[in-house]
This record gives sequence, structure tokens and C-alpha cells, in this order.
Amino acid sequence: MTDTWSPKIIGFCCHYCAYTAADLAGSMRLQYPPNIRVIKVPCAGRVDIIHLLKTFEAGIDAVFVAGCIEGECHFLIGNIRAKKRVNKLKKDFAQMGFEPERLEMFNLSSSEGPRFAAIVTEMVERTLKLGPSPLRQQERAAWLAGQPKAASG
Amino acid sequence: MDKGKIGAIMVVGGGIAGMQASLDAAAAGYKVYLVERDISIGGVMAQLDKTFPTNDCSTCILSPKLIEMAQHPDIEILTQSQIHRLEGEAGHFTVTIKQKPRYLDAARCKSCGVCTEVCPVTLPSDFDEGLGQRKAIYRHFPQAVPSAFAIKKYGRPPCTLTCPARLNVQGYVQLIKVGKYQEAVELIMERLPLPGVLGRICPHPCEDRCLRRKVDDPVAICDLKRFAADRVDLDSIAPPQVEAKGNKIAIIGSGPAGLSCAYHLARRGYRPTVFEALSQAGGMLRVGIPEYRLPRQVLDREIDHILRHGVELKTNTALGRDFTLDGLFADGYQAVFLGIGCHVGKPLNIPGEEAEGVIQGVEFLRRWNLGEAPTAGKKLAVIGGGIVAFDVAWIARDLGSEVTILYPGARDEMPAFSLKTEPAWGKGMNIIPLATPIQVIAGPDGKVSGLLCRKMKLGEPGASGGRKPVPVPGTEFELPVDIIVPARGREVAAGPLKDCGVKLSPGGAIEVDEVTYQTSRPGVFAAGDVHTGPWTAIEAVAGGIEAAESIDRYLRGVDLAADRTAGKEAHKRWSKIPQDEAGQLRESMSALPPEYIGADSDKIFRDYTETEAQKEADRCLNCGGCCECMQCVEACLAGIIDHGQQPQTLTLEVGALILAPGFRVFDAKLKPEYGFGRYPNVITSLQFERLLSATGPYDGQVKRPSDGATPEKIAWIQCVGSRDASIGREYCSYVCCMYAAKQAVIAKSQNHRVETTIFFIDFRAQGKGFDRFYERARDQHGVRFIRSMISRVTEDPRTRDLELTFVDEDGRIRTEEFDLVVLSVGLNPHPAAKNMAAVCGIATDKWGFVETPPFETVKTSRQGIFACGVYQSPKDIPETVGQASAAAGVAAALLSEVRGTLLSKVVYSEERDVAGEDPRIGVFICHCGVNIAGVVDVAQVSDYVRTLPGVVFADHYTFSCSTDSLEAMRQVVEERRLNRVVVASCSPRTHLSLFQDNLRKAGLNKYLMEMANIRDQDSWVHQGDPEQATQKAKDLVQMSVARAAMLKPIHELASPVKQRALVVGGGLSGLVAALTIAQAGYQVYMPEIQPRFAGSLADKMRRTLEGYDYRPFLQEVAYQVEAHPNIHWWPNTKITRFSGNVGNFRCRLESSQKKWEVEFGAVVIATGGQEYSPREYLYRESPRVMTQIQLERFLEDSPNGFSPTSTIVMIQCVGSREPEHPYCSRVCCGEAVKNAITIKEMRPQARIFILYRDIRTYGFKEIYYKKARDLGVQFIRYEFERKPEVTPVRGGLMVSVFDQNLKATIKLKAEYLVLSAAIRPDPIAREVANLMKLPIDADGFFMEAHMKLRPLDFGINGIFLCGLAHSPKFIEESIAQAQGAAARALAILAQKEMYVGGAVAVVDPEKCVVCLTCVRVCPYQVPVIDHSVPAAYIDPAACQGCGLCASECPAKAITLQNVTDSQIIAQGTALAAG
Repeated sequence: MTDTWSPKIIGFCCHYCAYTAADLAGSMRLQYPPNIRVIKVPCAGRVDIIHLLKTFEAGIDAVFVAGCIEGECHFLIGNIRAKKRVNKLKKDFAQMGFEPERLEMFNLSSSEGPRFAAIVTEMVERTLKLGPSPLRQQERAAWLAGQPKAASG
Repeated sequence: MDKGKIGAIMVVGGGIAGMQASLDAAAAGYKVYLVERDISIGGVMAQLDKTFPTNDCSTCILSPKLIEMAQHPDIEILTQSQIHRLEGEAGHFTVTIKQKPRYLDAARCKSCGVCTEVCPVTLPSDFDEGLGQRKAIYRHFPQAVPSAFAIKKYGRPPCTLTCPARLNVQGYVQLIKVGKYQEAVELIMERLPLPGVLGRICPHPCEDRCLRRKVDDPVAICDLKRFAADRVDLDSIAPPQVEAKGNKIAIIGSGPAGLSCAYHLARRGYRPTVFEALSQAGGMLRVGIPEYRLPRQVLDREIDHILRHGVELKTNTALGRDFTLDGLFADGYQAVFLGIGCHVGKPLNIPGEEAEGVIQGVEFLRRWNLGEAPTAGKKLAVIGGGIVAFDVAWIARDLGSEVTILYPGARDEMPAFSLKTEPAWGKGMNIIPLATPIQVIAGPDGKVSGLLCRKMKLGEPGASGGRKPVPVPGTEFELPVDIIVPARGREVAAGPLKDCGVKLSPGGAIEVDEVTYQTSRPGVFAAGDVHTGPWTAIEAVAGGIEAAESIDRYLRGVDLAADRTAGKEAHKRWSKIPQDEAGQLRESMSALPPEYIGADSDKIFRDYTETEAQKEADRCLNCGGCCECMQCVEACLAGIIDHGQQPQTLTLEVGALILAPGFRVFDAKLKPEYGFGRYPNVITSLQFERLLSATGPYDGQVKRPSDGATPEKIAWIQCVGSRDASIGREYCSYVCCMYAAKQAVIAKSQNHRVETTIFFIDFRAQGKGFDRFYERARDQHGVRFIRSMISRVTEDPRTRDLELTFVDEDGRIRTEEFDLVVLSVGLNPHPAAKNMAAVCGIATDKWGFVETPPFETVKTSRQGIFACGVYQSPKDIPETVGQASAAAGVAAALLSEVRGTLLSKVVYSEERDVAGEDPRIGVFICHCGVNIAGVVDVAQVSDYVRTLPGVVFADHYTFSCSTDSLEAMRQVVEERRLNRVVVASCSPRTHLSLFQDNLRKAGLNKYLMEMANIRDQDSWVHQGDPEQATQKAKDLVQMSVARAAMLKPIHELASPVKQRALVVGGGLSGLVAALTIAQAGYQVYMPEIQPRFAGSLADKMRRTLEGYDYRPFLQEVAYQVEAHPNIHWWPNTKITRFSGNVGNFRCRLESSQKKWEVEFGAVVIATGGQEYSPREYLYRESPRVMTQIQLERFLEDSPNGFSPTSTIVMIQCVGSREPEHPYCSRVCCGEAVKNAITIKEMRPQARIFILYRDIRTYGFKEIYYKKARDLGVQFIRYEFERKPEVTPVRGGLMVSVFDQNLKATIKLKAEYLVLSAAIRPDPIAREVANLMKLPIDADGFFMEAHMKLRPLDFGINGIFLCGLAHSPKFIEESIAQAQGAAARALAILAQKEMYVGGAVAVVDPEKCVVCLTCVRVCPYQVPVIDHSVPAAYIDPAACQGCGLCASECPAKAITLQNVTDSQIIAQGTALAAG
């Protein structure tokens, strides 16, 4: 039943920039894929590795963290700390054999509604290529079965 | 307490200056009224994309302040308002405010935006500086405050004003434009019951006044009306539902007047009876106009529609023949309308006229139109040149007669000529102009056999210029004809009116009252041709409308005339025609080829296609703004739009005013040589900001207006409207150099290939951090800076590229092409400020800037009225913000006795303890009108949510934020014993505090509130996928419910504020700050860590550039400080220890005698600065070398120290703008110019050379730079790489400099060399910084919390900054900053207690392993180790709530309250499970 799978993506968005940009995308009526669910945090720096791990563990297909532009963090350095954590976890994922592309860090300003929509679109497209999270075994198996054999191309 | 004073402050202007002044004044304890002209606050800053020198997003830093303004309980924002009158004096003013209508209830507007979607009117967007478009119902930007929409109305458009029946022309044209034909016809038929008829036959005077004429041709209004009418089935338009009224009314005559009167009476519920003499209704419409101009089916359809409203028609019933007026009254009719028209042709008054074969034109047409074929004979003569004459001619021609038209005037004066008769001109008929009949010749049988005529010629021009035809004797000729048709006008039939008892004019028409249309007989009204004489149908319709109104009033016993002249006023304030409005050919229902025309054809003109009609309607310029089509009223679910709103007048009492009206950018059209307004690719810098902005016209893409192409080469031209005496703008606008550099950098970061060039005179980077930005722009970003003034721009009309000619670095003249030219336009005071200044009675200068007393830049010429921002002088955002705080500070000091007297007090009920209760969650789902419910199935979401664990209640509401919904919410909380609430609606950013407040009112802790954003992040962004959007809404609510279950009440702690201040630094800034705080009523501690005055830089200065002496002012301040009972000054005292947090600091003081501690709530740092003691240019080696400060004293102390012809050389930037000190010291250029002018005025023969890199006489100081040049001071530019060289020679110094402009080395023998030495921070700043843990920048100045919006704050709350400790500046700037810092401190001191805690980090000492991670990671150095436990401690008053420490703590000992790990994880898990 590959056609029933639709990626579930969580975006941790900081209050001051990313979340505001997401709201602005709404004000501008920009249309983007509906697979994203935003969790608001005061600062990207609030996003802990445990939050990311637990989210993936629960079976979410992809996660991104979005904070202010570097150098413009409302809390001075929160976005830099978040980026470090995200990058570390991506490395760990690669070693574990879990696609690191399922996790990403973005920076944007609050006036960049279009960029928020672009980020979501990019993450959804990326996840569609990766397929369901390996932690969703049934869905993943079904999805893999439905994929055309790679060798043929 | 002074009973006369008022504890309220009025701030005028809602830009960043007004906002900051409002926030500071409110925080200091005063009620604030913010008066703003526009529909929302934010000012020009809201239009900017980024801000220099940090390139911060302007919206990011502005919108938190906007939200703070919107939610502040003590700030009342009055938009669309202006001061009308001001009375009273400092402490107690009475202000009259005029407020323009918004045409909706702003308080109840949910900002859902449905109205803009249905609004058909697009106008140029002023927010986008004319580059984009917006609707007539609009708001400037999504984050606008107030968030309510507003309707823009200009004057009533000229088309409507010209139309006798006052049809809403713009309205129906706009509705046609968007394809809403039914709505268009309904709008027309609110006034005109005969749209299809008038759409064919109206002479449309409206088109003669259409403003589109100024661009090309008028809009084809009449054709559009016909198009819409033909497209709509009248059966689909139901008569309005009104209560039936029983009065009997007689309408006599069924022409346009009678039908219109009957129709409008029927729409009011009456059942009038129409009496018609002829066999069919329609009057002149039926019997005067042939089928081919007005198809019968159109007329029949519209008359039938009128009758369906409940109008009774009696045909073949003639007044005078079948009934009389008296008879009608006797039969119980209570009112009568006379509209019997003019149906009698005017006689020729020539001999033989009674002969058989002479038939009046109207009679001829009547017979034809009623189907009785009139005799046209073999040869027929028509006398006349009007439409009747031609109708007769065409019919006769088609009946086979040979037709001659006789007209006494010239051919081109024939009235029909101007009407739609062109197709038939001359076809098959003989037109004889300049001829008149003189006798009808009859045969013996009494029948016409010929017509004797005479030729005419045009006489001499009369008084009015017209040439009247006069007979030419001896030119008689005879026309052999058998039928003669006079068509020279119509008259009222005398017979029927004979016994009506109404007064007639000498010409036989009925006389009526001009407004009410009542005749001399009570209850009898008249309109149409019977009153006007032969005139247009639309005039008759108009008369019918008015008569119906009168009859209704008459029957209801209401005054007939009251309030009826309104709406007829001739407005002239229409929207401006856009400069770039392109000419567009008028789509007209052009005439069909002549072969299609004939009396049997029912069409002269072809139909529009829909595309043509909409294209034609789109030519309307919308000069009235809103077209009043009422589509928004229909669409608004909140029902808050009211097009009838009237202007309001408010009277307010305030103690002080702060004026911050801001600026407009210079109108670049006043410099026509740059082509702005003519060349589309020449734009202003503010337009360029809009291009850069993500919310701008091209979503943040820089595109050329002419073709939308991405520019590859952009040029900026500086000083457009600044430093330009030729247009009377001599001052420098301060910000342009920096914003141009910023724009060039941003443009490059968006598109790396773009080449950016800035053409400038001097690069003015005088502010903190500016020079570094300039250098980065040049060296890192590759922005090209060319020091050359551009004299004109020329355009290649083919490519629309622009050509600039300039002198390059090597002195050669070059010409270069650019894709886009940006004019760096200067700042002018807002034009509205002129009137405001007059009303307030304050002095302004010749440009309209406010005049301030010396040294105190926030005061005006009137006590109690303060000013700030660009209104005072051109300045950047940080200066504006600082000055705004200063204005608030001095206003607060003025009103100290009445502080806090007018503040709002909200009382909340006691919080219910929910500890130990299982979660009982209530979910309130919002429709947001159709914003959410139009996409998301809210009922389905409610049903789903009820199944979730912990949810005991879920329902959906039209607007969850409306007052009644909020009340319902409180009720449900109580009835269902809810202990958690989730609102699924819009964004928590804007609405969380509203719902939290409501929860508090319901007796629950505000942290038990959670929101799910199912609008901005769901329904709005997935409009095309309702199913997925509904699923997403379920998920989002489920996540919120999961988080809600984890929420815990958080109790913020009240912490008493030590309502006293500490001021560090005894220089001028410190003294002014201390005095301001003391005057506002608070104690101030001033431990003297450096000797007061002596040594302070201000004490070494003598005069300002403007010539004011500092010393009396300084002495006065010092005296007041010493005398003020609130100021505690301890000389020779050091601060040895410092601790605490905002509201509650303490420090240890030590003097030689004692040690003691003081406690205070706020701190002002004013450690000051010093003049750099140069190590270069033989300073201290030669007595002939001195600094500018030394020179000033020398000039004053030894006025004869110079020989009359001495040569003095000044070198600028000594110790400034160098690698080790890469900042500009800001004051040196002004100081050099000041001293040079002093010398020149004393010794005109003296030769003065100023060696400079850029002359930075910003703002009004530029005037003095010009004055110095005019006095003969010579300015020689050198570059950093080739500094001047100084060698001692006999009798002086030899200064050698390479002149960059002349490209040659110049040697000057100087008697004296004066060095413009840099300003350095006082070394004590480092000590203070270490003691108080305050940040210091690379240059040793203190670093403020935010360069743009918190220039006087430190990152640590409660500590503020001013004067030279912040950066180099002039004395008056330091004073303003000191007052501003005082105001910031007052905001804290005004509070008796502060609430601390809430969403802050807390440490669990049990888990803490004292690893110091939190201490290291906190950006604010808040965590400390409490060794007594031992564990980390985080002061809730100091914690900023970012949660960094909680995330990094390895032992997970730190929790960020309200954003806990379990709350975050619960959301993700809930989504995965759902």
C-alpha cells in the first residue's frame, strides 16, 4: 500500500524568526505540501538531541530545526548551538546507517515567508525519495516493495 | 500632588520614534495616547528590508515592538487621526483630535482578509511606494498594528457626481471588471430601474467628466452598463422584502420619470398606480425612440420588472380626458406624481403650416412606434438637426421617400452630430445646412406641394462667441416636397394640466421645489420633461427618484427637505493618476458597418464580448478609491463593515505631548535631470527597499520595473535632495550613505553576479560601527564606490537602460550603462507636520523641522511639548530610538507628581489550585470566519478531538477571539471544571496573550493555555487540499492536547523593586541622567569615581558649531544636581563590588573614610570619553601643533594669537579610521569647521587648509561646512595610504600632502598645525565593565543590547548606557542619550514590584553535578554556582528563557519551565501515533 504513505515531518521552529516566517507564509497564502507539523520553541537552542532522537524513535520520517540567521539569534548564540547538535547527530546517524538527510538545520529571517515554504517543500521532496522511516518497518517494507528496481535504470 | 496636572502623555506619530516614546512613557507610569495619521503604526521602518550596520531584518526587530504596542493596556492607539486643536499649558493640555473613518469596527475586525479577496478595486500600494498594488480595503503589511483592515475612500468620483441620478458608476464598472454582472446590475438598479434602456440611449454626461480623459479616452461607461444589463435575467433579481404600506398613490405618465418614481415607491413597500394615456407604457422611451435604437424587448422587460414590484398600470387612461386630479384625491389617493412629459411638437410658425402633409416629428415617430405607419410621401422634408429629425429621416428613407434635412445652422453644429448617429450620416438623404423654411406651399387640394426656404449665413460672433445664423436676403428657393416634418423641439401639452391646480412656468412647464419636486399643490409632485421641458431620460429618472423620496416623507409626515442636499458636494480629492498609467485604447461598442443599419434593424451597435467588457472596465482609474460596491459587506462574516461611518472628533486631556511625525523621502521628481517618474528603471531608495523585501512587490526579487528582468548592473546616486542649495535642501540627510551601502551589500548577497556602484561625494559613516560596514562593503562584498557627483541620467528608449557620465578615480570622464539606477533620496519633515506645528504653536525652521533650544534636542519652543526623531533633524534609527526615550524621560520628569494616576487596573479572580487533578482539557476550535472553516472541516476536527485522552470538552466557534466567545470559554471552564485549555485558531504569536488573559479571568493559571495554529500554518497554506488540511488540523490539535496534558501552573514571583538608581560617571551625561531621574521623583546614588567636571571632556569644550556657549548650561546642570534633594553624591568614592538583578541591585562603596552598601533597581553607565593625545605630526614636539580643543581655548583666551595673514593647516582623522582604531570619531569634522569659521571671522585674511578624508558634517552641520567654504576655507582630500607629512621649518611647519582631487602634491607652510584628534573611551570603562560584567566592543566602548532598537540598554536588564561611553558624539547628542537612558531606568523604577520567573530555567539541585556547562553556555552569564548546596543556581529575574542550558545540561538537572522535555517529546510522539 505504498500510495497511502505520506511523510510525517516535524519542524522545530524558533519563536522569533522561523515560526514568524511560517506565519508569514500563511499571511501571504503561499501553498506548500501539508506534511509538515511545526513545534514552536523559544529558541532553536532549546532543541535538545533527546528531542530529535525521541521524535525519530516515535516514527517521524524527517525532522528539521529552523532558527534565526546566524549572527541574528535573539538569544545571541542559540542557533549556533542548535546547528552543532544537529550536525553531530547527522554524523551519528551516518555511522548508525540511518539516513542523515532525514535531519536538517535551517536559518531564516522572520520576513522570509517564501523561504519557509521552500524549506518545507525541499524537506518533503527529500523525504519522499528516502521513503518511510526505517523505524516504521511495515510501511517501509511496503514502500520498498513498490519501488521500481534501481538496477533497471 | 498637583491637581492640575494630567498623568497622560500624547505621542503624535506612530513610527519607531513614536512607538519607543509611547512604550517608555507608559512604562514610566503614564497613560499614553498615540495619534497616528495612517491606518497602522510602524512608520517608514516597517517598509525597510534590512537595517544597517548589522543587516538585521527590519521586520524581525520591529514586530515584537508592534505587538508590545498592540497589547499594552495603557497605550491607546488612535489611527487615521490628527491634532485639530490644542489648548492649555505644560502639565495640562486639552487636545482635540479629528479621526477619519476606517469604515469598519477595528476592535471587532478579525483580520481574516476575506474582504480583500472580494474587493474589485486595485490601487497603487503606497506601502510598496507605488511599485505594487493593493485593494481599496487593505492593510499595509501582515504584521500591521492595529491588525484591522481599513477602507480607502477619496472623493466621490466625477462620474457619479455628474450623473443626474447619482448612479454608482465606479461600483458597477468594477463589478463588471471582475465578471460580477448580476451584482453590477443590482447595484445600478438601486437607483435606475431601466439599465438596459439607459445603457442604449443615455447621452452619458458621466463620460465627459471621466478622469481617464487625462490619460487617453474616457471609460465607455454607457456601453458597459448596456453590456451588464443584457447579460442578466431580471427575473433573478427579487424585489426587496419590505413591509407593505397601504397609502394610495397615483403616478400619471409612464415615461422614465413616472416609472422611476413608481419603482422607488414600490421598493419602499407602496403599491402605486400608474395612469398612461397611450395604449402602452414607456412614454417618450416608447413613442419617441425607434426600435433600432431601443429594442422593444429591452423596454418591455424592464417595465415588466418594475410592475413585478407591485406597481399597477392603467393604460389608455388620460389625465383631463378620463380623470382629474381632484377626482383622484376624492377617490382616496393621498399623493400624486405628474410625469406626463412633453409630447407636443413646436410649430414652425410660418404661413401655410396648417396644410395637409405637415406632420410634427414627435407625432410622426409616435405613429411609427405604435405601429401605425405614418405617410412619408414621395419627397419629405425634415426641419431640424436633432435626433428626432434624423429618426424621422431614416424612417422616411426606409419607407421609400426622398428625404431632405433642412437645418438653419452649420452642418457641424447639428445636435445629432454629437450623438451616436454617425453610421447613418448622409446615407441616401440630402442635408441642407444653413437654410430655413419660410412658407409652406399647398396645392389647391390643401395638400403640401412644396416648401419655400431661404439660405442663411453665420453672423458675426456674439457676446458668447457663438455665431448665430442670419438670413441672406434674395436667396429664396423652393423644395418640391409632399410631406413636411417639423422637428424643432417639443412642448408640454397645455390641456391636461389646465385644471390640476399646480403652478406653471410661462413656458407651460410645471414649477416644483428644486430639492423635493413638490408642486405648488400639497401632495402633488412632478418631474421629468413636464417640469424640465424636453430633456434627457436620466434626468427624468433622477427626478422620479427624488419625488419618490418626497412622497414617502410626505405620507409619513416627515420634513420633505431635511438632509437632502448631502452627497451632492463636489469632492475634488480624487486618487492620483499613477505616473506610469499606460495608455489603453477604449474598447467601444463600435458602430456596425452602414449596411447593417436600417430602421428595421434593432441594433446600431454591436455587443461587447466578455473579454472586451472586462478590459474596458479595467481602464477605470478608481479615482474614488473604494467603489462602494458593498461586496466586502456581503463577505464579512463578522459583520463589522460600515460604509456610512463619519469622521469623529475626540477631546483628550494630557499633561505633555511628544511630537514624532517623522519624515517623507524627498520627492525625486524635483530633480528632473535624474528622470524619476519618466524612466521606469530610475527608482528611489525606498522603492529599492521594497524590491529587496520578501513582502515587497516581487517577493524579495530585485527586478526592473520596466520589464521585470533581473538587473546585472545597479547604480546608486547619493545626495538626491540633500546637500543641494539649488533646490533649497542644504542639509545632509544623515542616513543615505549607509543605507546605499547596505542596499548594495544585500543586493549582492541575493545575486552574486550583480555589479553595484555607489556614486557619492563624501562617504558619511559617522555612527557606531558604520565605518567598519563601509569597509566591508568595499573590500569584502566588492561594492564599487566612486567619488563623483552625477549630473544627469539618460535613458536608451529601446532597452530602457540608463547612462551615467562621471569622473573616474584617475580623473577621466567616463560613460557607463546601468540596468537600474537607485536615487538615494534625502529626508524631509512629514508634510503633515507643518499643520501640526501650527496647531501646537511651536517654532519650526525653513524646511519644517522643529526648532529646539540649544543642548536640549527633545524640547520645543513651547513648554510641555517635546519632539524626537527625524522631525528634530535627519537621523538614523538608533539615534531616533534614543531620542524618543529622552522625550519620554523629560515628559515623565515634568509630570512626576501625577505618575500612575491614570493607569488601567485589571483585577483577576483568585487562581484555582489544580494540583492533583487529572487533566480535564477543553478544546475550542475556531472557524476564523471562513479562513479556517472554509478549508478545514472544523466539525470533524471537533468530533475527533473529543476522542482524545484528557479531553472533556470540544466545540467550534465562528471567531474564538470575539468577546462573546471569550465569555463562553470562561463559562465552559467553570461548568466543566476544565484545568487545561487548547485553542485551535491562529498564531500564538499574536493571540496567546489574549487567551492567557482570558484564562486568568476564568480563574486558571495562564500557563495552562495552549494553542494550535491551524490557520496561518494550515488552512491558509493548504487551501487547495481540504482533506489534508483537515487531517493536519487534527494532528496539530492532537499534539497540542498532548502538550496541554503536561502543562503545569507556573507562579511568577513578585519581587519588590528598589526604586532608586545608581549613576556611574560624573561627566555631563551622568549629571543629566541623574537629574532627569531625580526630577521624575526617584533617589539617585552618584558615587564619584572620577572628579566631577574637571577632566570630563564636556568641561573642556566652549561652544557648539552653532555658536552656543556650553558653560552656562553645564554650570546650571551641576548646580541643580548638587542642590537636588533626591541626588546623593559621594565624592572620592569607588564601587568595589556589584551584584543583583534588575529591580534589585546592590553595590559596595568605599571612600577613604568608610565602606558601605547601597541598593537600587536600575543603573545608568556614563563613564565618558577622552580626547586622544596624538603621537603623530609632531604633537607635543612642536609648540605649533595643537588639537582642536586646544585651538578653541587658544582662540578664546588669546584672540590676537594669530597674525592676520597666518596659514593654519588642520589634519582630520588623527587617530580615527585607522587599522587600530577603525571608527570615525564623529565630532572632528564639525569641530574643525567650527574653529575654521571662528578664525576666518576674526582674521579674514588668514589662510586655512583642512586636510580631510571625508567631510562628515552630517545633518544641519552641513550648513556650516558650506559656510566655511564660502568664507574661503580650503579643503584638501588625502587618502589613508598617503597621509600628510609634517616637518619643522624656520618660522613654522611644512605640511606636504597629496591632493587626491588635483592628483598633485601640495606643500603648505603653516604657522600652526591643528590635529582633529580622535575620541577614546575613558579607561575607567574597562574597570566598570569587569565589575558589572558588561560587554565592551573592540574599540573599548560599551556594547549595547541591540544596535538598532535597544541602543541605550545592556543585554543585562536594568543597566543602561549613555554618552561617550557608548560612542563618540556631540554634547547635545550625549544629553539626549542621558535623558533617554534615564527614561529607560524610569520604566523599571516606576514599578513597585516586578514579576519574575515564568518560562525560565530552574535547576534541580539533587541532580546537579556542578559541571559548569550551564555557566559556560548561557549567553547572559546568569547561572552561578551556589557552593553552599552545592549546585548551579539560575536567578529567575535574570533568566531570558532561551533554554540553552536545559538542552546542554548533561545531567538533565535543568528544566525550562513551560517548554519542558516531556512537553516537547509528547508533541512529536502524539503526531507519530496519530
